[in-house]
Amino acid sequence: MSDPMAEIRASFFIECEELLEALQDGLAAMDGGDTDAETINICFRAVHSMKGGAGAFGLEALVRFAHRYETVMDEIRAGRLAPDRDAMMLFFRAADVLSDIVRASRDGEHIDEAEVESVLGQLEALAGGAPEEDEEEVADFQPMGLAIDLDSTPEAPTDEPWTIRFVPHAELFSSGNEPQHLLRALAALGEAQIVCRQDDLPPLDGLDPEAPYLAWEISLDTDKGEAEIREVFDFVDGICTLEVSGGPRGPELPPLPDLSDLPGTIDDASAPAGPAAAPPGPDGTARRITLSEPAGDTAGDEPAPADPLQTPGGKAPEPAGSPAAPPTGSAAPGDRADGSGAGGGAGGGEARQAQAAAQTKPTVRVDLERVDRLVNLVGELVINQAMLSQSVQEAGIPSNSPVSQGLEEFMQLTRDIQDSVMMIRAQPVKSLFQRMSRIVREASAAVDKRVRLKTEGEATEVDKTVIERLADPLTHMIRNAVDHGLESGEKRRAAGKPEEGVVTLTAAHRSGRVVIEVADDGGGINRPRVRQIAEEKGLVPEGLSMTDSEIDNLLFMPGFSTASQISDLSGRGVGMDVVRSSIQELGGRITIASEPGVGTTFSISLPLTLAVLDGMVVRAGGETLVVPLGAIVETLSLADEEIRSIGPGRNVLHIRDAFVPLLDLAVELDYRGPLESYDGSVVLLIQQEDGARAALVVDSIEEQRQVVIKGLQDSYGHVPGIAAATILGDGQIALILDPVDLMSNVAGRSRGAVPSLDLAG
Amino acid sequence: MTDHAVSTDDRSELELLSFRVGEQEYSVDIMSVREIRGWTRATPLPHSEPYVRGVINLRGAVLPIIDLSCRLGIGATETTERNVIIVVQMEGQSIGLLVDAVSDILSIPRSELQAPPDILSDAAHSFVRALTVVEGRMLRILDLHSVYPQREGNAA
Repeated sequence: MSDPMAEIRASFFIECEELLEALQDGLAAMDGGDTDAETINICFRAVHSMKGGAGAFGLEALVRFAHRYETVMDEIRAGRLAPDRDAMMLFFRAADVLSDIVRASRDGEHIDEAEVESVLGQLEALAGGAPEEDEEEVADFQPMGLAIDLDSTPEAPTDEPWTIRFVPHAELFSSGNEPQHLLRALAALGEAQIVCRQDDLPPLDGLDPEAPYLAWEISLDTDKGEAEIREVFDFVDGICTLEVSGGPRGPELPPLPDLSDLPGTIDDASAPAGPAAAPPGPDGTARRITLSEPAGDTAGDEPAPADPLQTPGGKAPEPAGSPAAPPTGSAAPGDRADGSGAGGGAGGGEARQAQAAAQTKPTVRVDLERVDRLVNLVGELVINQAMLSQSVQEAGIPSNSPVSQGLEEFMQLTRDIQDSVMMIRAQPVKSLFQRMSRIVREASAAVDKRVRLKTEGEATEVDKTVIERLADPLTHMIRNAVDHGLESGEKRRAAGKPEEGVVTLTAAHRSGRVVIEVADDGGGINRPRVRQIAEEKGLVPEGLSMTDSEIDNLLFMPGFSTASQISDLSGRGVGMDVVRSSIQELGGRITIASEPGVGTTFSISLPLTLAVLDGMVVRAGGETLVVPLGAIVETLSLADEEIRSIGPGRNVLHIRDAFVPLLDLAVELDYRGPLESYDGSVVLLIQQEDGARAALVVDSIEEQRQVVIKGLQDSYGHVPGIAAATILGDGQIALILDPVDLMSNVAGRSRGAVPSLDLAG
Repeated sequence: MTDHAVSTDDRSELELLSFRVGEQEYSVDIMSVREIRGWTRATPLPHSEPYVRGVINLRGAVLPIIDLSCRLGIGATETTERNVIIVVQMEGQSIGLLVDAVSDILSIPRSELQAPPDILSDAAHSFVRALTVVEGRMLRILDLHSVYPQREGNAA
């Protein structure tokens, strides 16, 4: 608020993140063989837009890097360079460096010059050209200077002049662009003769103040190519008619076709105002919520460049107001600076956004705190509604009365609201996966293996908090997969596999949870070795009989590391045990499946949201508890003959030819001692992701309902067997059971001798 | 917070909320008290320390309740409707202290505070930060740090 520049700067960096994402997307598409012009253009534009914005903020390092990156990309765009594997690897690496620079610029951190220089050097080697020096010019720009001014300084004119015809469409003005800046940028390329064509201009009384009538013809004497001339109009691509002809190799091109259907939703589109109609300063820009709706964003963000009253001045043929004003030659830096005030820069920004958003749905950027507040309020609403239902029920109002029926509808609405609010917090896992592709690139380079990351289900949406807190464990797992999971190239060849290893990252919704899998096609877990190490380290007694899955689960034990040598990558003392505990903190669990010679798959199963849960309200030992509905397979009533004893205090339930451990919930939670007889008790059959089952004895089942999760971690700490708490309709707190934690604790106790083996989670 | 030093040369006054636990009188710095409320049944937490009475709903938040009498080794409190929960906050974390009754608000000059005598056999010793005498009675000033339950979640 106090410093508008700081806010604009902040939104620039947010935009950078989006552009980086678009760049990654584009690169991935190119890497996948999709090398059509539009894909390459997307990458190019992303880098170019960052460069432009960075120039406006005087972020030289960013401009410098982006400029060279863009130059090489232009080579590909022009077809002079083939995007082969090496080039793509370099592009990916350059994108990584670019994102590092963006982050470093944002946080004022130090940039790793060596890395930047090395990538720059490689980029230049790829482009095969001498480094350009002109980008240093940008330093003296005013903040908010128009991006495209930066490209180069005028140079000695050669050859014959270009003829450029530029006819802005109404959208160009309504999206906050300003022809003057474009013309100045053009003039900066060389010697320009700019003539404004007013042939279409109607008499004043017939003038629609919001319609564009002006066109410009520019004769430009420059040594730059057509591509550079067109680049000036990059941001207005599709919202103007542009004809470039003449020049050294001047085949006439048709006007740029694409994007012309950018939705122009704004009615207060400006008139074809000349430079006199400079938009207001930065304080006219609302930034709290940035509508990135294509073109439409001007409505919220910025007044149109001119209001109709100013139009006559703008279109009047006076030389001062006419866009032909820059007489000839180059525009001096000062000239550029004052002309392209805040509005111009912001206009460029809008155009950039419009481009970035052109193919996506309209979105709104909202402060996360507000969303969280809304989520909390809805949580309270749900509790409140439950209390209301309870009171209505207690008041003895019949269920067919209007009150009850109204309440029923109210419940439905509450639920819908809750679902919608939760959706706000949900985000696709794509950004997370993109970060992982970088991890794979770096990890594979560090251990000198060829690895490809395949991702599936990037659009799967998960709660934002989950995504954020998943980054570290996932990074670790990916590194593990590359370092330990995949074999070396020779071993792979010997095994008859392609040398390039594949790490697959998938996300999917499965029965109300999100399952994220990290799979490698490596050699699988070397179980004898794992076992040997665990025995050597004294983690398990020697000669203990263990199933394959128990051996696999040894990987999750604290202090376990299979690599006999500490490699560059993993083995920093952070093991899978930390991964497991961070997943568990999110209410998730992790399981391993491994097949020798085929590969290993780690599955993380997570709740969709951290805020609500479908649960079954039960009573045990006089206490009310909530069991997550997802864990319950079925409910049944016990008969004595179904119970078999398998030892002191240990019973199993015989159900359809299977034996399932029988646990008395009240006993497990220490509410009371075991009962004499369980005949007639109510039993919940619960099942884990890995198929392990248990039968929980409860006193009674109360109801099935949605509960708002209240964490216990912050106020008290972890309680074994308990996931969280919730508030019921009567205002009492009920604990939410964590069946898996409960089962694994029981499993550990039952073995007695090896309490540390409770790893089933 | 304000708990760090008991300096005898300080003339400023310390405002204390005094309350009764069993037959003993304790107090806490009034600045750490958020509210006082009547006893409501707490939901017990399984596998918790005996002095953790459970959790209650404090306007939508989950508040752990410590039975102070049990914590101080005086014996578990038989709760009736007349018991009181003092909600205290320390380092951003709130807990409820179950006590028998709230007695008074006292202003004690810091110079009248005494460090507790070093008697190792006294089980409640570590819970008392300072002692003072009010109208001939001994008033114990509780050390909230040591009353807080050990965080199991952090260790795991």
